[in-house]
Amino acid sequence: MTALADLGIAFGRVAFVMLFVLNLGGLLGWVERKQSAIMQDRIGANRASILGFRVLGLFHPIADAIKLLTKEDFRPARADRFLFGLAPFVSVFFGLVAFASIPFGDTLRVAGREIPLQAVTLNVGVLYVFAMLSLGVYGVMMAGWSSANNYALLGGQRAAALMISAEIAIGASIIGVVMIYGSLDLQEIVRAQGELLWGWLPAWGIVTQLPAFVIFLTAGIAATKRVPFDTPEGESEIIGYFVEYSGMKAGMFMMADFLETVVIAGLTTSLFLGGWQVPYLTAEGFRFPWGWAWALPHLAVALLQVGAFVVKVCAMIFFMMLVRWTLPRFRYDQAMRLGWLGLFPLSILNIVVTGLVLLLWKP
Amino acid sequence: MTMLQRVYLVEVLSGVALTAAHFFRNMGAHTARALGRKDARGAVTIQYPEERRPYSPRLRSLHRLVRREDGSPRCVACMMCETVCPAHCIYIVADEHPNPEIEKVPRRFDIDLGKCVFCGYCVEACPEDAIRMDTGILEFSSYSRTGMIYTKEMLLSLEPAGPDGRPASPVPIPADRRP
Repeated sequence: MTALADLGIAFGRVAFVMLFVLNLGGLLGWVERKQSAIMQDRIGANRASILGFRVLGLFHPIADAIKLLTKEDFRPARADRFLFGLAPFVSVFFGLVAFASIPFGDTLRVAGREIPLQAVTLNVGVLYVFAMLSLGVYGVMMAGWSSANNYALLGGQRAAALMISAEIAIGASIIGVVMIYGSLDLQEIVRAQGELLWGWLPAWGIVTQLPAFVIFLTAGIAATKRVPFDTPEGESEIIGYFVEYSGMKAGMFMMADFLETVVIAGLTTSLFLGGWQVPYLTAEGFRFPWGWAWALPHLAVALLQVGAFVVKVCAMIFFMMLVRWTLPRFRYDQAMRLGWLGLFPLSILNIVVTGLVLLLWKP
Repeated sequence: MTMLQRVYLVEVLSGVALTAAHFFRNMGAHTARALGRKDARGAVTIQYPEERRPYSPRLRSLHRLVRREDGSPRCVACMMCETVCPAHCIYIVADEHPNPEIEKVPRRFDIDLGKCVFCGYCVEACPEDAIRMDTGILEFSSYSRTGMIYTKEMLLSLEPAGPDGRPASPVPIPADRRP
């Protein structure tokens, strides 16, 4: 009986993360259209209807999926049959599993059980997410190489180059956070962000590591291969790595970009925005620095924390979409210069300064 | 570029602030509209088939043949419009009119809208004010070239557009699409 319950709980944890990421990723197609429309004084796609109900155009992702699934699945004659088919799945797979070690709540205690609200409890969660994000680029390179198309190959090369320059900056910018909170476990990092500085300021990563936040977010947007850094794709003129793909396989590459956006948003939330932490909310309830206190039952606290995580992730996605619809694309050399000569040295400098501050201030 | 612009971050933030201001202003207007404030507009979009901007009264739209009081065409088949038409899209076959006061009447009056350039010369040339381009109809289409040929009966059935330029009569159904 307990074994069955354990299995159910494990399944539920994985299912929550899976459905959260997948649905959010699917919804991002709609968010992208609608948000860009509202930013540009337009209305956006609103015509797809079921029985006359339009619901703000929410049926458009479904209509798109049906359209993509029923399209011809074209494969170039000289393409590598196996890798060409595998590439979109690799891209989507690593986008999906990367979210697994990101905690969406504190440990939940129900009926004498302790349930960690996290699909996988890993003590090197940060490294796991990076590993998965970096592996995602293999799908892109495979797609570029196996298409038997020189333009696709060049697009794959650009993706690989961009990914390396972004990954380095991401990895180096994270070290400052790891130094401050003293752990590679994302759950521990989030828990440490619940402390208060000087008794009133939540010790979120954005407060203690502001330069790292800026570097990480810039490099993170580059890692999603979306607009300010969409040199690999370049859909308007330079042809990207998935030119030869059609139907749902092309849709899966788009989906992978959205999933990576969700993962980067979740990671930014966990590392810099306090994850599931609500300011001044402890395990027993709210305790404000000016003396007020409001006791809450454990379940309400857990719900608030999961809600806070979801809200923060959505806010991060909103911000990334805002950037995506504001900035023009970086030229290839500009993106490289920004990655290697801007973000990378800055993140190294951040590590040095953080180390000095820790050495001088903390015992 | 100044140093501040070369650093790029400040410029990015000011750009994002501008687009975000647009987003929140429009979102507020959309919300106010959904809550019943009909004067709030969050977008400049005109939702075309349901919403139209008013057409100018000078707009040259689909032709119509003006009728006499008894319903017969006012046209006397003088061939002026057919002669002046730069696209050669009008085809008229004349017939004798039963009333000796009136010289002729068209037996056929076809306009090939696939050829028509909407110059309006036919309207200018007509001595009887029998052809006008004031129906306000712009959405005529067909799956075939023959379907673009509008006959005398189709053109006679049309009414002038309303004061706001809205078409008063339905788009005539081309011959190839009639059930």
